[in-house]
Amino acid sequence: MSLLLDKPAVAARRDHHRRRSFKWGRFAGYLLLAVASVAVLLPFYWMVVSSLKTNNEVFTLPVQWLPADPQWHHYVDIWTRSDMTTWLGNTVLLSVVVTLLQVFTGSFAAYGFAKIRFPGRDLLFLAYLGTLAVPWQSYMIPQFVLLSKMHLSDTLWSIIAIQAFGALGVFLMKQFYESIPDELIDAARIDGMSEFGIYRRIMLPLSTPALASLALITLVNTWNDFLGPLLYLRSSDLWTIQLGLRTFISQYNAEYALIMTGSVLSVLPIVVVFLLGQRYFVEGIATTGLKG
Amino acid sequence: MTRRNTLLGWGFLLPNLAGFALLTMVPVVLLFYYAFTTWDIFGGAEWTGLDNARQLIHDAVFWTAMRNTLYYTVFHIPLTLVVSLGLALLLNKRLRAVAFFRTVAFFPYIASIVAVAQVWNMLFSPGYGPINAMLRAIGADHPPGWTTSADASMPAVILVGTWREMGYFMLIFLAGLQTVPGELYEAARVDGAGAWQRLRAVTLPCLRPTMFFVIVLLTVNSFKILDLILVMTNGGPGQSTLVLAQYVYRKGFEENQFGYASAVSVVLFLLCFLVTVVQFVVNRRREA
Repeated sequence: MSLLLDKPAVAARRDHHRRRSFKWGRFAGYLLLAVASVAVLLPFYWMVVSSLKTNNEVFTLPVQWLPADPQWHHYVDIWTRSDMTTWLGNTVLLSVVVTLLQVFTGSFAAYGFAKIRFPGRDLLFLAYLGTLAVPWQSYMIPQFVLLSKMHLSDTLWSIIAIQAFGALGVFLMKQFYESIPDELIDAARIDGMSEFGIYRRIMLPLSTPALASLALITLVNTWNDFLGPLLYLRSSDLWTIQLGLRTFISQYNAEYALIMTGSVLSVLPIVVVFLLGQRYFVEGIATTGLKG
Repeated sequence: MTRRNTLLGWGFLLPNLAGFALLTMVPVVLLFYYAFTTWDIFGGAEWTGLDNARQLIHDAVFWTAMRNTLYYTVFHIPLTLVVSLGLALLLNKRLRAVAFFRTVAFFPYIASIVAVAQVWNMLFSPGYGPINAMLRAIGADHPPGWTTSADASMPAVILVGTWREMGYFMLIFLAGLQTVPGELYEAARVDGAGAWQRLRAVTLPCLRPTMFFVIVLLTVNSFKILDLILVMTNGGPGQSTLVLAQYVYRKGFEENQFGYASAVSVVLFLLCFLVTVVQFVVNRRREA
């Protein structure tokens, strides 16, 4: 699994030397890949190129695939023409806090589910699993009412509350902990180590890759969350980059180039984070996917 | 010993469970209470029994939202399935640049929906957008208005939805493909099976659990689609892309009718629940 991104499957490798007529297949394969790459990347390319054009240039026909005179100043202007600093600050703050809480409470609970036997455990886990299948969109109303009654709506706490205690972390970490042999833990118990000690000194160090997966997935989700902030964050000084960008778009709806500049800025940090940790990100998705 | 374990177990669960129970489990239960109440912005919930359900049955907008949701679902699922499985099969081979493309395919999935929707709206722009420019170049005299026309808006949303999710499902399929034993391919080849036969006789049957998971996820994802639509079309033009989750949002957060919005939510909930249970049972039976 860890090599998912760099190595093809064994079967495919054997495929390789065997057949001569395969050449046409390879050609078709490359062709399809090329088409798919363009389809995936073109919108991103267009976004970046448009951010460097003048507003008139964005929609000239035929389409200009390179800006005649790159307008780098958009990347300076946007900071004075929008509250980008506030939005980014809120987004970073929320992403970090939510990720820390999710990783900590998730892995802690996962240890309880995976390695301690007690009555009611399996039933409770079933309840966790069950709610994974319930879309947030179907209970967002009662959740909103509840948080409003707790006077948490229109505070950053609301986003932390709805994002940080998800079932995903518990589920993902439990999968991982179950792959660690019980004998290891029993041995530590016999040596007189406390359960918290086992979690802290054996499980946590062993599960660094799984923790990294969970952290990355949570970070990306929180950064990109649009609906949560849309419902809860009404005051503009609490907005995240997603909310800010959307208002910016409706406010400056003819400033195509500047809108694309904002879009690039909202996507870029997460792409960088993804590229740095893609191995963990991919592993996390693949594990939750396989066992589903 | 059991008592000690019970205390310990709950102790470990507590930090997460407290938040999860309060913020997820309680709201899910409350939902079924609210659905039977009338509740406007003033005052509290007032029990009105089946009134909401009755109103729902005669609510033309609700049925439009239901129809649109099914429209999205019926096209989004097969399209995403074929594209992501195709990509996975392609990228499971030993081709150059495979690693690069596997990484790239993920970009749409991790990119912010607001930015992505805005870019696509510009690409789709009827008069000067690059997509219609290309369509005209290859001879289409009257390319569609995409997000500005009632007929083409849903196809446009479906295209973007598929573009966004295909990398994710491709990865799940890739993970599934790596569990297919290589010996099976060897055996099939010895028996003289061609590429197509190997796909049908070896790959697809081995992928069945993955396929099951992907279809359940795709269905639930389609039923709950909201953010993409809010940013791309806001349900329009007219009501051509209004979906169930958006109707919940409208009734609840724009019109403050929490009771009625909860009744619509219950429909959404039951749809997703039903799909999961049915697919689960079918899968069980097939395996038995």
